[in-house]
Amino acid sequence: MLHYLWSFMIIVGMVWATLHGTLDAATQGLIDSAREAVMLGITMLGIMSFWSGIMEVGNKAGLLEWLTEKMGPVLNFLFPRLPKDHPARRPISVNMIANMLGLGWAATPAGLEAMKALQPGGENRHIATNEMCTFLILNISSLQLIPMNMIAYRSQYGSANPMAVVGPALVATTISTLAAVVFCKVVDR
Amino acid sequence: MILVWLSRYMIPFVICYLIGFGLLSGRPVFDDFLDGAKAGMKTVAGILPTLIGLMTAVGVLRASGFLDALAGWLAAPAAWLHVPKELIPLTLVRMISNSAATGLVLDIFAKYGPDSLIGMAASILMSCTETLFYCLSIYFGSVKVTKTRYALPGALLATAAGVAASIVLSSFL
Repeated sequence: MLHYLWSFMIIVGMVWATLHGTLDAATQGLIDSAREAVMLGITMLGIMSFWSGIMEVGNKAGLLEWLTEKMGPVLNFLFPRLPKDHPARRPISVNMIANMLGLGWAATPAGLEAMKALQPGGENRHIATNEMCTFLILNISSLQLIPMNMIAYRSQYGSANPMAVVGPALVATTISTLAAVVFCKVVDR
Repeated sequence: MILVWLSRYMIPFVICYLIGFGLLSGRPVFDDFLDGAKAGMKTVAGILPTLIGLMTAVGVLRASGFLDALAGWLAAPAAWLHVPKELIPLTLVRMISNSAATGLVLDIFAKYGPDSLIGMAASILMSCTETLFYCLSIYFGSVKVTKTRYALPGALLATAAGVAASIVLSSFL
């Protein structure tokens, strides 16, 4: 899937640019994006290492174990076939809680760790399991409760009530997450 | 409002709480921090190639003008579904790049105002959707999963539900 998606984006982009005389812009877009990716990587290297460190402090102190236990019912519902002592349970819990609280930078390293822990061994390594699909779809359904970024942008652009987005955002994100859960439950049967 | 207040202080609170808890349990917290940070650096270094590959592809696609054309083709079916035309490019870009989508939202804010119908819809849309293709590539790319099975349809459905909810909810306000 990713092979096709990636090839599609580059080839269609280049062919389209050739046909519409925007080839210079497309090439420049490639160079600019490569630089942008490295800049983003540097930001991530700092802030994600920091959060991984902070999370490890919580982990060693036993807090994450407690959190995972509290998340037990949710995990059992979403991942019914995941054993109770599976190593992915902790990073999944951390990822979900961090996402809900809006700590995106803390959520990503935990999410990647969860993916690694969920990956099957042997020949099926390259095929996503049901648990991996559910976990990813939930992440993409957006779990963040309060959109702090949007509130900040709205007030920056002179909104009379920047907070007005909070209520509808909570309802909308619940709807998108519910859609994700129902979809996963139906497919996962 | 309590939730918003909590969110604002969430980051310092979580950091202080975790460190404080570690100290009280008698842990060498800085050593623990360094272990975790080292693992985090490895993680980031591992996804950097994915990041470069994906972002360059997105960059080419955007700069070529293909996305604008795609938004144009989708305008007619979207109008039939009562999707405002400014939200089509935003929805497309939202799925591939967070920074580019934020740029589009700020354009909408500057042009129509954040409290307009379209400004509100864009605000909600950004709050209830994620960077679909970015997440998919980073998460699956990091473990070299190539057969993504039903992850993409599921993610598209969740995004569509979010977009629909944004449009309906903003029209009620």
